[in-house]
Amino acid sequence: MSTTTVAHHEEHSDHPTGIMRWLTTTNHKDIGTMYLTFSLIMFLVGGSMILGIRAELFKPGLQLMNPDFFNQLIGVHALIMIFAALMPAATGFANWMIPLQIGAPDMALPRLNNWGFWLLPPSAILLTLPFTLALFGIGDGALATGWTFYPPLSVQGGIGVDFAIFAVHLLGISSVMGSINIIVTLFNMRAPGMTLMKMPMFAWGWLITAFLLVATIPVLAGAVTMLLTDRHFGTHFFDAAGGGDPIMFQHLFWFFGHPEVYILLLPVWGFIPQILQTFSRKPMYGYKAQVYSLWAIGALAVVVWAHHFFTAGMPVPALLYFMYSTMAISLPLAVLFFCWIKTMWKGSMTFETPMLFAVGWIILFGIGGLTGLVLADVAADAQYHNSYFVVAHFHYTLFAGGIMGIMAGVYYWLPKMTGHMYNEKLGKLHFWLTAISFNVTFIPQFFVGLAGMPRRIPDYALQFAEFNMISTIGAFILGLSQLLFVYNIISCARGGQKATDKVWEGAEGLEWTLPSPPPYHSFNEQPVIK
Amino acid sequence: MATHSENQYFVPHGSIYPSILSAGLLSMASGFIFSVATDRGGKSLAYLEGPGHWMMYFGLAVVVFMMFKWLGTVITESMTGKYKSWEDKSFRWGMVVFIASEVAFFSAFFGALFYMRVLSVPDLASYAPDITPYKDFLAVWPSQGPGGHVLGAEYTPNPAFKPMHWSGLPLINTILLLTSGATITWAHWGLIKNNRTQLIIGMFLTVALGIAFLICQGMEYHHAYTEMGLTLGSGAYGATFFMLTGFHGFHVTIGTIMLIVILLRCMKGHFTPEHHFGFEGVAWYWHFVDVVWLGLFIFVYML
Repeated sequence: MSTTTVAHHEEHSDHPTGIMRWLTTTNHKDIGTMYLTFSLIMFLVGGSMILGIRAELFKPGLQLMNPDFFNQLIGVHALIMIFAALMPAATGFANWMIPLQIGAPDMALPRLNNWGFWLLPPSAILLTLPFTLALFGIGDGALATGWTFYPPLSVQGGIGVDFAIFAVHLLGISSVMGSINIIVTLFNMRAPGMTLMKMPMFAWGWLITAFLLVATIPVLAGAVTMLLTDRHFGTHFFDAAGGGDPIMFQHLFWFFGHPEVYILLLPVWGFIPQILQTFSRKPMYGYKAQVYSLWAIGALAVVVWAHHFFTAGMPVPALLYFMYSTMAISLPLAVLFFCWIKTMWKGSMTFETPMLFAVGWIILFGIGGLTGLVLADVAADAQYHNSYFVVAHFHYTLFAGGIMGIMAGVYYWLPKMTGHMYNEKLGKLHFWLTAISFNVTFIPQFFVGLAGMPRRIPDYALQFAEFNMISTIGAFILGLSQLLFVYNIISCARGGQKATDKVWEGAEGLEWTLPSPPPYHSFNEQPVIK
Repeated sequence: MATHSENQYFVPHGSIYPSILSAGLLSMASGFIFSVATDRGGKSLAYLEGPGHWMMYFGLAVVVFMMFKWLGTVITESMTGKYKSWEDKSFRWGMVVFIASEVAFFSAFFGALFYMRVLSVPDLASYAPDITPYKDFLAVWPSQGPGGHVLGAEYTPNPAFKPMHWSGLPLINTILLLTSGATITWAHWGLIKNNRTQLIIGMFLTVALGIAFLICQGMEYHHAYTEMGLTLGSGAYGATFFMLTGFHGFHVTIGTIMLIVILLRCMKGHFTPEHHFGFEGVAWYWHFVDVVWLGLFIFVYML
């Protein structure tokens, strides 16, 4: 970082201001900020939708909405949370942190990067527009099939399905463009001396995520395109009247859908070890073992898809294969868990908010993983399938494992991004409220699920009433405590105690060598890694 | 200082094109949805068709114009020497990953073809007539549907169809595309040897072969629809036939447009033996389209 860097910094920082800055930017930090902001907004939108659902489920019977609208809220909640909240958050971190962590001047393809982001707001419009149109009497609302689009219901559905199909198309283009950018950045932009096996774990997590996205998102695009032609152009892909099969859609969808789970989680598995390392003040345990485990999980992720529909009908050898291959994922995942725990072992640990989230994350995500092992059992799955047990399971993996992990990352990097410390007390309060209310919401769902309460139904039998009431109370506390999170982020962005360059005492890595916040152009001259 | 600018990665200035391009896509997508909106539950949506068409064509125009401007900027940057070997390597990796994603897209449709052919049609044929509403399926490919007729909307039988034979136009198309793969490689050799005549003739032949392929495919489709009764509604066979060859034809169309741009750039002398990623990227794309066709020729037409 010599004086020439400063000269270049000034020369290049003649970027536009106001709205044009954000519309036109090619800067990885600006784009990362937009991704993260978009993600936070959509997190609140998707969250409010599910509070509507939980309010309806507060007691048995139909109170607030008709079943069709209930189904619409469920489907759009899932699509928004997966595609518009979790994925953009991970991509936002990738944009912000990967160039800083590998000592790159920017992402490799900056204009493409901008396009990747600006495809998201149109997709969000496509997802939510059918609600608005229905208010004006056009069409009958958003897709009412759940986020999985299963035919024949999705072939018969109204224009909401078409809107969701095109939203998925645009989101898919965005993800593929983002993945291309990340793969190219990691292969071509690393600082001299940073070999692949010296890359930060977050970079590894994202590299494998990007490979999964490139391999599976186009398959989803193909599947929803077939749905579109079945709907409007008379093809018979999913219609037995012409030799097609509705179950084929499930295969195509989950060929994408299962890797998608790892797409959401691998970036988190990347930065959580970095957080554990920072706050344990000792080196990461088993770097190589973790990298190989990430690869193993990435590879297994694309060959286990049919465990999502064991009950749909499959030959027994196929059932056995998908059961065993699914269970095999728990081996590399167990390696990861042991590495995470061993990283903390005998460390001189402190529990700032990011660490609280990271440790809470290990426990809660562990529950998600173990219940997944139960669901992978073909014989047991016949009972669990399509019940609230599944809902609770994937919220332990995707809310605890995904969103709480993202929150750990937000608290960890927010001082670096904004140059200010967040309010530690509020952060800790946010963690405890989130962790407790999350369990209050979802532990009862395991039990009602085991007792036979089906998902995606607005009414339920009387014996589930108490547990659903508890679940709804938990969900509202969970939802409201996120306002603390939003407040904390906004007040941190606007001011507060200055953050040092290193921010955390035990922090390691190139991103902590830069000032907080980093200059507009960070590494004009690449650092050399020894 | 000199070494410093050598090692400086080119980060382009801000650009408004990507965000307008996305807005164009939004207009195109919602326009398409409105223009195919079907009536449901007694509520008519037919009045959306007109505005839908306008939105779709407006969106398409915006998308095409923005692509034109965006790629124009890229060409200008390339011609003013902004891209050196470091940037060049990014483009190469980027193109490789992009083509990999295209492979994944096509494999969804190939997967559908194999699934229906190997699993769902034989399954439907194996059911006892009293447990299925779709009786008298034959476990043959192409499947003519239950009782010799694929059922369309309202369960009315679609007309019987004949499958497309591989000899004739498909074989000619195979020869055309394989030859075009050779001519573009020949053109590339010309570019490396700095032989401009060979380059331009090679590129011109490639474009001509691409256009000839598209004309043949148009004739094939016309023949299928008018004389063979083979349509999108011809069950599993018609759906996979038209979707696979149709998406391939769409890629050939895009590829031909890119080849024309590259031909014009060759004629303007944009490429040097050392620096010609634009040419190579399109050549890779063209070879990819070629390989997909070979897959189609074997699995859709011949087997």
